[in-house]
Amino acid sequence: MDITELNKTEGVRDTATREADALETKEMMLNMGPSHPAMHGIIRLILKLDGEVVKDCEVHIGYLHRAFEKMCEEGGYLQVIPYTDRLNYVSPLINNVGYCMAVEKLFGIKTTERCDYIRVIMSELSRITDHLTCVGASAMEVGAFTVFLYMIKAREYLWELIEEVTGARLTISYTRVGGLKSDLPAGFAEKCRTRLKEVRKVNQEVHTLLTKNRIFIDRMKGIGTISQEDAVAYSVTGPFLRATGVDYDVRKDNPYLIYNRLDFDVPVGEYGDNFDRYLVRMEEMEQSIRIVEQCLDQMPKGPVAVDMEGRAIPAEFMVDEAKMGRTGGLLEVQAVVDPTLEGGTRANFNAVQTEEKRAILPPKEDTYGNIEGLMQHFKLVMYGHGIRPPKGDTYQAVEGANGELGFYIVSDGTDRPYRVRVRPPCFTILAAFPLTCIGWTVSDIIPTFGSVNMIGGELDR
Amino acid sequence: MSSTPPSSPLDKLGAVSQSELLPEVLTLLESQFSGKVLSVCVNLGDWEASVAKGSVPEIMRFLRDDKRTDFKMLADLSAVDGLKMGLVPRFYVVYHLYSIKLKHRLRVKTNVSEEDPAVPSLVDVWPIANWFEREVWDMFGIRFTGHPDLKRILMYEGFQGHPLRKDYPVNYRQPLIGPRN
Repeated sequence: MDITELNKTEGVRDTATREADALETKEMMLNMGPSHPAMHGIIRLILKLDGEVVKDCEVHIGYLHRAFEKMCEEGGYLQVIPYTDRLNYVSPLINNVGYCMAVEKLFGIKTTERCDYIRVIMSELSRITDHLTCVGASAMEVGAFTVFLYMIKAREYLWELIEEVTGARLTISYTRVGGLKSDLPAGFAEKCRTRLKEVRKVNQEVHTLLTKNRIFIDRMKGIGTISQEDAVAYSVTGPFLRATGVDYDVRKDNPYLIYNRLDFDVPVGEYGDNFDRYLVRMEEMEQSIRIVEQCLDQMPKGPVAVDMEGRAIPAEFMVDEAKMGRTGGLLEVQAVVDPTLEGGTRANFNAVQTEEKRAILPPKEDTYGNIEGLMQHFKLVMYGHGIRPPKGDTYQAVEGANGELGFYIVSDGTDRPYRVRVRPPCFTILAAFPLTCIGWTVSDIIPTFGSVNMIGGELDR
Repeated sequence: MSSTPPSSPLDKLGAVSQSELLPEVLTLLESQFSGKVLSVCVNLGDWEASVAKGSVPEIMRFLRDDKRTDFKMLADLSAVDGLKMGLVPRFYVVYHLYSIKLKHRLRVKTNVSEEDPAVPSLVDVWPIANWFEREVWDMFGIRFTGHPDLKRILMYEGFQGHPLRKDYPVNYRQPLIGPRN
C-alpha cells in the first residue's frame, strides 16, 4: 500500500475516533436476574457494561435461602437427612452420603463393606445425572437443544434406576447413620449395566454433536477463563478447578468409603475455559461409569429382597402373633413390608447396616416381632430420645458433583445436632464468578454461567 | 489438650491417612507461634489448633506460605454460637484449611466474645474469605475488621438480628418490608 493511501486511511480513522469522542458515551448498568431463563434458578448479577463488554460484575445470592442450618438444629440427627436432599437437588445422594459419614465419624461407626459399595454406586450415578443436567442445560442455552433432550433422556434412565432403589426420584433420603434405608432390589446389577450402556451411547452422540461443532466451540473455547492461582485462592473445587489443570479430587486425594480400591482417572483441563469444563465433565461421566461397573463386579454379594422359601408373612399378622406371645417362630420368618420399606428386612439389613445399636433402626421383623426390637425402635424415633453421638465436632468432605462438599457437625451429646455447617461447592465458585466474566461480553456470560452449574439449593441453603 | 497426639483408637477414624505428618505441622505451629497458638490436638483424626484472635492473619499467612504447611486453600470458614453449651467466650470462628500439594487438612479455631464480636479479616490472605466472612456476619453478627464490604449475603438488607445465633427464635417473624424504589 502506498504511504499516501495509508495516511488517508489513518486520517479517516482519526476522524471516526474524534466523532466517537464527541458523542456522549457512558457505562450502563444491567440487571441480570433473579428471574432470568439462563440464571438457573435464582441469582442476580449486576453488570456494568461498556458497550457490550462487561466492566464489572456483582453477584447477589440468597434468593433461595431456606434456613437449612437453622432447621437442622431443631430436629433429630435423622431428621436432617431429608433436608440434605434439598441441598444439591440434582445429585441428592451425594449429600446424604456426606452427612451420614460426618455423623458416623462422630460416633466412630464403621459401615459394612456392601453398604460402602452401594453408597459409592449411588453417588456415582448421581454424579452422572448432575453432569448430564449441567452439560445438557448449558448446551441448550447456546442453541444445541437436541443435546438437552438427549441428555435428559439419559438422565431419565438413571433416575428410574434410582427410583427403583430408593423409592423416589429426587427427594430420596436413602442413607441412614450407620447404613442405608434398604438393600438393592433384585436384578439391580444387570439393569444398571444396561442403563449405563445407554448413557454411554448418549454421551457418544453428544460428543459427535458438540465436541467438533464450530458454533459450540466458538461460544465455549477460550471464554470464561480463570487461572490456577485464582481458582485455588478462591477455594474453587470440582470440575471448575480441574479444568484449570489442578488435579484435586477428594475421591483420589483423601479417599473415603472404598474409592482407594477403584481404578479411575481424574481428568484435568488446560486453559480453564468453558470448553475445558465441558470436556472435564464429559470425561468424568465416563470415569463414573467405570467406577460403577467395577463396584458391581467387586461388591460382596448380599441377599436379594425376595424370600425364596415362602417364610414371609404380613407385618400386621406378625404383630398379632407377637401380642399373643407366639414369638417362637418369628425369628425365622421374614416380614412382608410396605413397598417403601422393601429391602429393609432382616436378611438385607445385616448386609447394609452396622451392628451399632445406638444409631440404626432394627429390621422390621424385630420391630414387629419382639420387645427388644420394638424398644430399640422407639428409643431411636421417640421425641426426646433419638440417636446421640458423643460430644465433639468433626469435618467430613466428600466429592460432590460440583466440588468439595463438606459437613462440619458439632455435637453437644444430645439428640439434636448442635450445629450443622455445610460447605457448599457452588458458593466459592460464585464468589469467583466475576473473574470469569469481566472483560467478556454479555452473551459470554450465558455459557460461562452454564458451566458453573449453580444449584440454588446448596448455594443459598 | 496436649501438644502430642493422643494415641487413642479414634485416631484411625479420619479419612485422612497421612497421620505421620501430623506432629510435624502441629508442632511446627506451636514452636513458631508460642503464646499465640493456645493449643493443638488431634480430634477424631482431624488436626486442630486453637489460636489467639489477634494473631489470626499472621498465623494464616504463615500457614499459607510456608513450604511445610502449604495450606493454599481456605476450604471453609464458619462460626459456632456456644450459648446453649455454656461456652465462655460465647462464639468461636472455625477455619478449615487444605493443602492441595501435601493433601492435608487443618482446623483452626479462635474464640470470640459476645461483648467484642470482631475478628481480623482474612481477605488479604485468601480472597474467598470475603464471601465466607460476609456469611458469618450475616448469620452470627461477628464483625471482621478490615473487611472491604461487610454486608449481608444470604439475608436481605433490613433483616433484623442474626438468625444462627442460638437466642434467635426459629419461628420469629420478621416485619414485612415494602418494595424499595
